[in-house]
Amino acid sequence: MRIRLEPRAEPSRLMRWASPVLAVTATLGVGFVLFSLLGKNPLQAFYVFFVKPVDSLYGVAELLLKASPLMLCAVGLAAAYRANVWNIGAEGQLTLGAICGGGLALALQDGGASWLLPSMILAGALGGMGWAAIPAWLKTRFNANEILVSLMLVYVAKLALSYLVHGPWRDPEGFNFPQSKMFADAALLPNLLAETRLNTGFVIALAVIAVGWLFMRRSMIGFQMRVAGLAPAAANYAGISAKRTVWLGMLISGATAGVAGVNEAAGPIGQLLPSMSPGYGFAAIIVAFVGRLHPLGVLLASLLMSLLYLGGEAAQISLSLPSAVTGLFEGTLLFFLLASDVFIDFRLRVQRRPVRPAAGGRPATAGGTG
Amino acid sequence: MEHIAALVALTLAAGTPLVFAALGELVTEKSGVLNLGVEGTMLVGAVVSFIVAASTGAPWLGTLAGMVAGAALSLVFGVLTLSLMANQVATGLALSIFGVGLSAFVGLDYVSVVIDGIKPLAISGWSDLPFFGELLFAHSPFVYLSLVLFGLVEWFLFHTRAGLVLRAVGESPASAHAIGYPVIAIRYLAVLFGGACAGLGGAYLAVAYTPLWTEGMTAGRGWIALALVVFATWKPRRVLAGAYLFGAVTLAQFQAQAIGVAVPSQLLSMLPYLATILVLTIISRDAAMIRLNAPASLGQPFHPDA
Repeated sequence: MRIRLEPRAEPSRLMRWASPVLAVTATLGVGFVLFSLLGKNPLQAFYVFFVKPVDSLYGVAELLLKASPLMLCAVGLAAAYRANVWNIGAEGQLTLGAICGGGLALALQDGGASWLLPSMILAGALGGMGWAAIPAWLKTRFNANEILVSLMLVYVAKLALSYLVHGPWRDPEGFNFPQSKMFADAALLPNLLAETRLNTGFVIALAVIAVGWLFMRRSMIGFQMRVAGLAPAAANYAGISAKRTVWLGMLISGATAGVAGVNEAAGPIGQLLPSMSPGYGFAAIIVAFVGRLHPLGVLLASLLMSLLYLGGEAAQISLSLPSAVTGLFEGTLLFFLLASDVFIDFRLRVQRRPVRPAAGGRPATAGGTG
Repeated sequence: MEHIAALVALTLAAGTPLVFAALGELVTEKSGVLNLGVEGTMLVGAVVSFIVAASTGAPWLGTLAGMVAGAALSLVFGVLTLSLMANQVATGLALSIFGVGLSAFVGLDYVSVVIDGIKPLAISGWSDLPFFGELLFAHSPFVYLSLVLFGLVEWFLFHTRAGLVLRAVGESPASAHAIGYPVIAIRYLAVLFGGACAGLGGAYLAVAYTPLWTEGMTAGRGWIALALVVFATWKPRRVLAGAYLFGAVTLAQFQAQAIGVAVPSQLLSMLPYLATILVLTIISRDAAMIRLNAPASLGQPFHPDA
């Protein structure tokens, strides 16, 4: 008897959405084993990790707060990945968004005008787009691999921010810490919920998710991008420009990541620091896949990933586990997701060894792709 | 003259992790598999080698452990992409994210640990020769090891039958399968080799070059190694040249600081990344040459009966 993978005639719709659930379950299983190995009571650890962070209004607000940048980055990445445009530099585009939006806030310290915040968000979006335009241009003009270029630019962006807050933008009254001045009140996102840190950045993220859904489902350009991702040859035949697809995918994902960067600067942080994100831009890659590259899926997956961040912090405080455990869970989740995604296009077929050699060929031909 | 010899030595030392990682990835890609997980694999190799070296006091044992860890991690990639036919790009990204998380997690207690790393050669009578001693006989053993590895890869790929089979699998897995070669098994071996090499590159950083462990200490070298393979148009010789070019760029940043050039350190640190983008762009401009040199099935899954 042997088990083999057999191509399905049609991709399974059920598995497409069951796969993330399977992956989460398997990751929890790994968590159970890991916590046990570390000498913690796994059930208590699960409680600390997944329940305690959100058992209060403040906790729920934190969950939504941390989900916002993930939603923004991931909804843009989802649009790009659907078009087979591999932007993995959202972390850098987020950083550029923070630099541009935050730079505007610092330049207009005294300006209490109501247009300051909208201009910052616009500046952030443009900053992210500008940063994403580099791999788009190098890809379309020079054929340079967008994965490697967008990733290299993450390091460059982070170094640029580090230079700014260590140098020209350093707060002169900041006791020599590498940080900018605090933003003026007019440059901060208004609070949504008293006694919490939740701000209007979450509303912006929700709006972008809604726009993303309309764009991918209802617009011609969104349709063309999906076709370009699913069947490049057909797209080419239908006159959909491959270069335009690359530009669109990069610019959209760059813009949303840039907005995420401003939201962090003008929201929970309120100034520029050497690092504006604990890796949201990379976690958003996982969010986009777990969310099935669908805006609504991205929304759910962002909440899950946000909980992983909160749980990691809680585990550090209450269980004295390193918060790096979050990164471990993120990677594990993506592995399991990719593994269970196999069953969207394939099914397991258990084959008994043929009794007589003459029957050997039959089962193999039965599973033709058709 | 002495100064030139010292510069050469420093360039070789800085380029060597890239030689290991890029040669491994080159062999993997020659078999038709694109493994984007080099960065994560290098980090895991680095942390495992450091932990073993710190707890046993034997850095060479640590190096071996780092290679095994790199191979083990790439085995996960192999199972997903080769047996389960998962998307190679997504799985490679997952491997890198996982490797960063895993290495940070297991390395936490070792961040400020000091070990007695592997020192450069000091052969009495040879290493202290004027000029030539420093130029030829006083490098880290890893530098010589990387050159041996280069020779082996070059010889294997282009002068052995097995190398020919590996390249055939990368060019046309369907034909190789039809002739009767075990495509999936060969790809597994190539992936494992690539992982072990990336682990070795990480181990060199942790137990010889620095020698210490810090979170994310590879600083993008895994990604630069991937770019190097493209830059080298899948030729080992050019990998070697490219790696030392990057070694020199990394060095320029320290040299500029040493002689007091008034450029902020962060801007100098951007140099290797900007150089990577630049060379990648220049080499990719000739799309026809890339298409001719890249293994034809690179990145595409292979299912024997599909």
